[in-house]
Amino acid sequence: MNPLQRKKDRIDALAATAAGGGDIPDAGHVSESGGLSLIGSAWLRLRRNPVFLIGAAITVLFVLLAIFAPLIAPHNGTTKYLISQVTPDTPIPPSQKGFPLGGDDQGRDFLSRLILGSRQTLIVGVLATLAGLFGGLVLGTIAGSIGGWVDSVVMRIVDVMLSLPSLVLALAVATLFGRPSQWTLIIAISIVQVPIFARLLRGSMLTQRASDHVLAARALGVRPAAITFRHMLPNSLGPVLVQATLVLATAIIEAAALSFLGLGNPDDSSAEWGQMLGKAQDLFDISPHVAFWPAGCIVVVAFGFTLMGESLREALDPRNRR
Amino acid sequence: MTTAPTKTDTLLSVRDLVVEFGAKGQTPFRAVDGVSFDVRPGQTVGLVGESGCGKSVTSLAIMGLLPKRGNKVAGSALYDGTDLLTLDDREMRDRRGRDVAMIFQDPLSSLNPVVSIGVQVAEVLQRHRGMKKAAALAESRDLLDRVGIPDPTRRLKEYPHQLSGGMRQRALIAMALACKPRLLIADEPTTALDVTIQAQILNLLKELVIDSGTALIMITHDLGVVAGLCDEVNVLYGGRIVETASRHEIFATPRHPYTNGLLGSIPRLDGARSEQLAAIPGSVADNIPWTTGCAFAPRCSRAIEVCRTEPPVLEQDPAAMEEHALRCHNPWPIDEGTRGPA
Repeated sequence: MNPLQRKKDRIDALAATAAGGGDIPDAGHVSESGGLSLIGSAWLRLRRNPVFLIGAAITVLFVLLAIFAPLIAPHNGTTKYLISQVTPDTPIPPSQKGFPLGGDDQGRDFLSRLILGSRQTLIVGVLATLAGLFGGLVLGTIAGSIGGWVDSVVMRIVDVMLSLPSLVLALAVATLFGRPSQWTLIIAISIVQVPIFARLLRGSMLTQRASDHVLAARALGVRPAAITFRHMLPNSLGPVLVQATLVLATAIIEAAALSFLGLGNPDDSSAEWGQMLGKAQDLFDISPHVAFWPAGCIVVVAFGFTLMGESLREALDPRNRR
Repeated sequence: MTTAPTKTDTLLSVRDLVVEFGAKGQTPFRAVDGVSFDVRPGQTVGLVGESGCGKSVTSLAIMGLLPKRGNKVAGSALYDGTDLLTLDDREMRDRRGRDVAMIFQDPLSSLNPVVSIGVQVAEVLQRHRGMKKAAALAESRDLLDRVGIPDPTRRLKEYPHQLSGGMRQRALIAMALACKPRLLIADEPTTALDVTIQAQILNLLKELVIDSGTALIMITHDLGVVAGLCDEVNVLYGGRIVETASRHEIFATPRHPYTNGLLGSIPRLDGARSEQLAAIPGSVADNIPWTTGCAFAPRCSRAIEVCRTEPPVLEQDPAAMEEHALRCHNPWPIDEGTRGPA
């Protein structure tokens, strides 16, 4: 089996396990509070799940850090405070009073740049995921609700996209725009995510299309548009949204990887973790901490999103209902 | 196959309905093979048979709900003079829920799990009666009240998983009756419910549907349901009607060995405890095609030579006092026919 086929199978299998919003076994417990939706009952279970709470805590912390970065950072990220200490022998200014993590190779405060970097990292991750999600939703909805030859054509396009490695794609997009930038990074990462979302959504849409409640809605003469958007799409979104939280982690890692390879934003006035990591490769043997901190931040944040995504998937999985 | 002239007072007249499944190039499978029956306004007609006899496919074909590809439908289904089978998608969509409605076997999976009950009932009213959302919700409340759901105002905001099985089926009946269709098709509406709830739902159908003059096609394998509700009974086997008569007639003098088998396999409360439950031997898988003989012959205790060589035709039983059509070479004699094993 070739790797592409395996990739596709994995996505389809995930869609099949996580879809099936229609066949939730009757738990037999009728809650006393009125108007408790599926999302509501999933939330009740999540609240008691320590894995979710840890993931959510990391994520919330990271988001708050990104939002309030300029207030939290002790210095600004551009002023070269320690430039006098940068010499050929000591390219990285060491830790000192007021600069707990020292400076970077241009004498800027390393801690402040690390804190400010959370913002760029979050923007790249979220925008790339949202763009990928949007593209995937459009393609998956078209393929899953219309079906037939439209489905075949859309899915073949998606297969082509799935076969492109993100790295090559990022190179191509950067070339297309003349030079690499934050935007080429976002576009490249989101294009890579589109096929995953599209396949997932199509899979669960197809399950929904064959479901009893869609047949029942059709038996009442409900129009196709309402069938798609009221009866099929909301029931198919679960696995896609779970995937989105997982993709957020991947997008951040991927952005870091592309920046590391010099395919990110060449302008380093606004710090970004992947870019910081990329610059650290020359200095790694002299001052390992310049690689350790951004890498550690990326790992922790990706870990937080993954924990959250996994526990969300568990909570929405109909077979885990008690 | 009888192609009797359509009576003037029929609401739905199904004639020679044939449904075939199968991809191109393969030998198609005939799920429904020339079924004809009439439904008069306010009448309840039963389609009875075991799994795979074509009863659900018949109803889906009438509703135009079979998948677009992979099947072939022939024959006609005249509803008030219009052949439902020839309508295009849009016309049929306008009629579903307004003129003809359907309720299904499993009430939980027939409801959208992420939309509240109120919105689901209101959707039908908005769709077919052009009501605004607020008015439709108010009307939905009344509908839920009419089908006997307690505290309907609160239930409007609840989701399907918060309702009990019986209440879900009541909600589905409310949705089906929202636009006062003249024909309701109920596909095993009580199979997924427990026995006490079954009785309640059947009573509700009797009250709301039959007493209000809505015609009902009752699809079931449960002869108890038939005895309680149906005016006329069509027994299906292997995609063809094998016996058709009024309820009274069919329970009094079942002539076809298959009908007899069905009646004989009902457990009896007054029977001896040691008595073995009579069953029809074999399964649908033993069928032979109708073209070579009687499909039931391999399972039939009264099968004779001609049953395996010549397909029987559906014709009026000459010994019957009223309408009673039969597709059998060797039916049970009237006097000893009842309750015998197949």
